[in-house]
Amino acid sequence: MREITYAQASLEAFAEEMRRDPKVFHMSTDAPQPLVKEFGPTRVRATPIAESALTGMAIGAAGSGYRPIVDWRMVTFCFVAMDQIVNQAAKIHYMFGGQAKFPILYRASVGGGTRLAAQHSQSPYSMFMNLAGLKMILPSTPYDLKGLLKSAIRDDNPVIAFEATRLFGTKGMVPEEDYTLPLGKADIKREGKDITIVALAWAVHESLAAAEALAAEGISVEVIDPRTLVPMDVATIRASVRKTGRLLVADEAGPTCGAAAEISALATEDPATFACLRGPVKRLCGLQVPIPYSPGMEDFVFPDRQKIAAAVRELVRPKS
Amino acid sequence: MQPSPERQREMLRQMQTIRRFEERASDDYHGGAIYGVVHCYIGEEAVAVGVCSTLNRDDQIISTHRGHGHCIAKGADLNRMMAELYGRETGYCKGKGGSMHIADFGIGMLGANGIVAGGIAIVTGAGLAAQLDGKGRVAVSFFGDGASNAGPFHESLNIAAAWKLPVIFVCENNLYAAQTSAAETHAQEDIAARAHGYGIPGVIVDGNDVLAVHGAAAKAVARARAGEGPTLIECKTYRWRRHTERVNQPDFRPEHEIEVWLKKDPIARLVAHLKSQQGQLTDAEWQEMDRQVLRGIEEAVGFAKSSPFPKPEAALEDVFAS
Ligand SMILES: Cc1ncc(C[n+]2csc(CCOP(=O)(O)OP(=O)(O)O)c2C)c(N)n1
Ligand SMILES: [Mg+2]
Repeated sequence: MREITYAQASLEAFAEEMRRDPKVFHMSTDAPQPLVKEFGPTRVRATPIAESALTGMAIGAAGSGYRPIVDWRMVTFCFVAMDQIVNQAAKIHYMFGGQAKFPILYRASVGGGTRLAAQHSQSPYSMFMNLAGLKMILPSTPYDLKGLLKSAIRDDNPVIAFEATRLFGTKGMVPEEDYTLPLGKADIKREGKDITIVALAWAVHESLAAAEALAAEGISVEVIDPRTLVPMDVATIRASVRKTGRLLVADEAGPTCGAAAEISALATEDPATFACLRGPVKRLCGLQVPIPYSPGMEDFVFPDRQKIAAAVRELVRPKS
Repeated sequence: MQPSPERQREMLRQMQTIRRFEERASDDYHGGAIYGVVHCYIGEEAVAVGVCSTLNRDDQIISTHRGHGHCIAKGADLNRMMAELYGRETGYCKGKGGSMHIADFGIGMLGANGIVAGGIAIVTGAGLAAQLDGKGRVAVSFFGDGASNAGPFHESLNIAAAWKLPVIFVCENNLYAAQTSAAETHAQEDIAARAHGYGIPGVIVDGNDVLAVHGAAAKAVARARAGEGPTLIECKTYRWRRHTERVNQPDFRPEHEIEVWLKKDPIARLVAHLKSQQGQLTDAEWQEMDRQVLRGIEEAVGFAKSSPFPKPEAALEDVFAS
C-alpha cells in the first residue's frame, strides 16, 4: 500500500489495463502524456474535438474486438454526443438481440466546487441512470476509483466512469498489486446505528466529517457509498436502513429526478425496509439551479458537512 | 475491372431478391403482419449490391433505416430477416429490432440505424479497428443525402481522412430526405464535392448502374486496403416508393420526376445489358431466376409465420452482455 491521488489512481488503472490487454486503447481530445509516453500515439490517441464521432467510433471499435476508453474529459462535453450515448451505445446490444458485445469505457469528470460556473460544474448522472443499457460508477476514493475502473474496462458493456473533479487531488491508500472491485457493490464507509447516510462522491467525505462531529454528540451515523450507480446495490442500502430506521441521501446533484430520489424510492418501496423506518426519508442535494460562479453563491448551493450534520440532527431528534 | 458474367448474374439475383423481398414486406405490412414502419429501398438496389459485391465477408458495413437492401447484399439470411420483420423469436434481433434494425453481426454488419447519420461514426470506429488490426479489412458506411447534412458525417470524414482510415462513405443520394428535397437543403448539388474539403477523393456515380457502382466501390476499397485512406462515393439514385409505407405519409414528389426515374430501373438495366451480351442471359433464364427468388421469399415468409413470438419476459434479456 502507498498513498496516491484520485487522479493518479485512474492513470494507474488505465496503464495497468493497457499493459494487460493489447485491445485496450484510449481516445481523447487531449492525450494524457504519461500514457502516450508508455504506449505511444497509436494506442493513446489525440483526436479532433469531435466528441460525437469519438463516442460513436468507440462503439464501432468495441464491436470489432477492441476495448476503447474514451475520455470526454468533463461531462459537459459529452452532451454534443448524446445521440451516440443514448440512441447507440445504450441500445446496440439489446436492439440487435445481443448479437455482439460492446466493451467501452466512457470517462467524465463531474461536480462543482471549482468556481467554473454552470457549464463546467455539472452532475447529470441521473440523466444517464434513466436510460437502460449503460453501467456507471461514481467512486469517492483513489482505492475505489482504481479498482472500479479496472473492472469497468474488463466489463463487456458500455460503462461510464463519473469522477468527481473536486476529488482529483485527494489522497488515499492503494495497493501496489493488481486488484479489482466488483461493479454494483456498495461500501459501508462508516458503521453506525442511529441513521444511514447514503452519499455520493464528494458528499461521502462531507458525510464522514459530519458523522465524526455527530459522534461527539452521541449520534451514531452509518455512511454508505454506493460507488456504482448502475447497477445499484439496493440490498446493502436496504439492510442498513432496516438496521438504523432512518435515511438521509446526500448528493451534490440537484434533487429533481436525481440519484438521491431513486435511492430514496428504492429503500422505501420495499415493505420490509419501510416497516423499519422511524421517520421520513430526506434528500440533501444541491439546489435546483445552474451552478453559479461566485464562491459565496456556489457554496450556498451545495450540501456540505454542516448542512449534512444539521439534517441528521433534525431527523434523529425532530423538534416536535 | 468488370465482374465476370457469372458474378453479374449473381448481382442481378441479389437486386431482384431485394425488390421481391420488399414487395412482400410492404404487402405484409399493409396486411398487418409486419408492425411499425417499413422503408423500401426499391429503385436503389444497385447501390447496396454494387458496393457489397466488392467486399469480403469480414469487411464491415453499417446500414440505415432503409436497410433491407444492405442486409441482402451483404449476404444475410432471408428467413431470419423476414422473421425479424414479423417480430419473431427467430429473427436476427430476436424480435427486438424490426425493419429499421435488421442486421447480421456475423457477416460484418454493425447494425442498422434508425437515427439519420447515427451509424457513420460507428463504422468509422470499425475502420479504426481495421487499421489497428492491419489485416486489410475495410468498413463501409451507407447513409442518405439527408444524413450528409448532419454533424457526424463531417466529423467522421475529417477523422477518417486525418488518420487515413480504411472507410468508404457511400451516400445514397435519392434526392429526398423524407418529404424534403435535397434542392431545398443542400448548399450545393453534389455531395461528393464535400470530399475535397477533407482532402479525399469524392466520386459521383450513377447509382442505378450496378456495374458503375461496383467499379467505383472497387477502386475505393482497393485504396482503403492499401492504407491510402477513405473515399466518399455519391450514388445518384431514386426511391420508387414513398419515404415509408405508413399510409399517412404524403409524397410531394412531382409525377414526371417519378416517371423519369422509373425508366432508369437498375434491374431492367442489368437484364438488358446481360441479354445484349451473347449468351449471358436468356428470357427463360431470367424468368427462372425470378421464380427462384420468389420461392426464397415465400420460404422466408413461411419460416417467419411458423416461428414463435418471443415470450414477453424476453424483453428483460440482453439489456447487458454477461
Ligand atoms: C436525427 C434524425 N432526425 C430525423 C429523423 C426522421 N427521419 C427518418 S428518415 C429521414 C430522412 C432521411 O433522409 P436520407 O438521409 O436522405 O435517407 P433516405 O430516407 O432518403 O434513404 C428522417 C428525417 C431521424 N430518424 N433521425
Ligand atoms: Mg434521401
